[in-house]
Amino acid sequence: MKEMTEIRWHGRGGQGAKTACLLLADAAFASGLYVQGFPEYGPERMGAPITAYNRISKTPCTIHSNIYTPDYVVVVDESLLHTVDVTAGLNEQGGIIINSHKAPQQLRPLLRGYRGPVYTVDARRISEECLGKYFPNTPMLAAVVQVSRVVDPAEFVVNMEGSYRHKFAHKPQVIQGNMQALTTAMEEVSRA
Amino acid sequence: MSIRNRLSGNEAVAWAMRQINPDVFAAFPITPSTEIPQYLAQFAADGPGDPEFVTVESEHSAMSTCLGAQAAGARAVTATSSAGLAYMYEMLYVTASARQPVTLAVVNRALTGPININNDHSDSMGARDAGWIQVYAENNQEAYDNFLQAMRIGEKARLPIMTCQDGFITSHAVENILLEEDEAVKAFVGEYEPENYLLKKENPLAVGPYDTCPFYMEHKVQQAHAMLAARDIILEVAADFEKTFGRKYGMLEEYRMEDAEAALVLIGSTAGTAKACVDRLRQRGRKVGLVKVRVFRPFPARELAQALGHCGAVAVLDKSEGFSGCGGPLFAETRSACYDLPQRPRLINVVYGLGGRDCAVEDIETVYNRLQRILETGQTGELYTHMGQREATDDGV
Repeated sequence: MKEMTEIRWHGRGGQGAKTACLLLADAAFASGLYVQGFPEYGPERMGAPITAYNRISKTPCTIHSNIYTPDYVVVVDESLLHTVDVTAGLNEQGGIIINSHKAPQQLRPLLRGYRGPVYTVDARRISEECLGKYFPNTPMLAAVVQVSRVVDPAEFVVNMEGSYRHKFAHKPQVIQGNMQALTTAMEEVSRA
Repeated sequence: MSIRNRLSGNEAVAWAMRQINPDVFAAFPITPSTEIPQYLAQFAADGPGDPEFVTVESEHSAMSTCLGAQAAGARAVTATSSAGLAYMYEMLYVTASARQPVTLAVVNRALTGPININNDHSDSMGARDAGWIQVYAENNQEAYDNFLQAMRIGEKARLPIMTCQDGFITSHAVENILLEEDEAVKAFVGEYEPENYLLKKENPLAVGPYDTCPFYMEHKVQQAHAMLAARDIILEVAADFEKTFGRKYGMLEEYRMEDAEAALVLIGSTAGTAKACVDRLRQRGRKVGLVKVRVFRPFPARELAQALGHCGAVAVLDKSEGFSGCGGPLFAETRSACYDLPQRPRLINVVYGLGGRDCAVEDIETVYNRLQRILETGQTGELYTHMGQREATDDGV
């Protein structure tokens, strides 16, 4: 891992992009790193494009601005590729991870000339199979960890199980589904 | 032993309130401070703390509730932002003149017109003449630490105190933080033992009656003296805080100022972004630094003059407009503080970040580059400018 990794999330209000961003901060914190997780608020409403950011670093970070040159971009809603310049400033040594059932090369034409790695993961199918509902943020969180290695993936799985056991103490039946969604997404995320 | 955790700025302030366990919390929600009463309600419901959680119908009533509770000898706190603070203005002045040390957590947000939920300092800068002590935080850690120090300062100075942090930028950003043990916090903050209060049977008193001409001026002078005396109290509490918890605070923070030829003066979260810029420029051999103003009321004029005295060029960054026509409030006061220096630096003012307009390391670098040109040419150039706005175009944007 380099000194500091910057990640930008693009989603739509209600899909949990901000929650996923905060969960990633939690996971990195649990691994002993310095973290920032913060949303950018526009006109808040269900379905409107939203952005959230992570800085994850081995040393304290004092910068309090948005992220303009991210190492990774996560796109929680594929339809945003048509309206938002999601690859703006994106590091070509990093990558973009898109929630889609399509192969990465099918989406590359929509990425406005971005030449770095493109990954896809079918978060909808995984979520519906594992959780019975469409919560794309859990598979997307797992995919970004798998791709970026900002946290050791094996350590991440152990930490997430701990935090789900805490978070869902009153709903233990959903823990297994969430863990299944995490590990499936980590196995399935594919690159072009 | 400090506890390593990660919290947002709002969570950090609510955590401090839970640990202090004030007698009264007056709650009225407004973005982005709403989470503070939300967490407090949870803490009050779960125990073991037992603050009287008073839900009111407006911020004017929230401050009135705090004033009444405080006058009765209780510790009262509340939280607000933007228009909520504006709606308190009348009671801010009443609370200060009644010398009641209410503690207010301000989560800074632009004042309406046009309506906007994001950060700038127009709300608390508008309240700067209300007679409250004002302390500003750069990050969640400082928001927590400032709140832990606030009551001791206010109670000793007999002045109300607002602790401010930047809305969303720190209030909604989860970052690493060191928290202190409940018992250590309780011991540090101590009990509130007011000398006099409404129903003290040995000396019952009235609070806030009409002040006639022969008395009003005396009261205002006493308030002014109290604000002067607050400086030493702030430093005394900061020294004890450092001794107890190991983190150092003052009226302001100087960052790499020892040999700085060019410096910024600013408040709040942007100071952190600017520190990263200073580090970057220092690596290239530029002699730059910054001064972060932590306490705006009382204004640290002496400390600022001392910190800036050896600089050739200084830019003051204001996160509120002020509409004075000649610069923002931090600029006006910084410039005044430098007036008596034997060798004054050249000063410029940059108004930035209004309504949440982002300020990145690169934006800060453009300001240092301006200062560099001033040093090279000896020409101050434009005194008062804005940064980060789009320029007008033919289609009117």
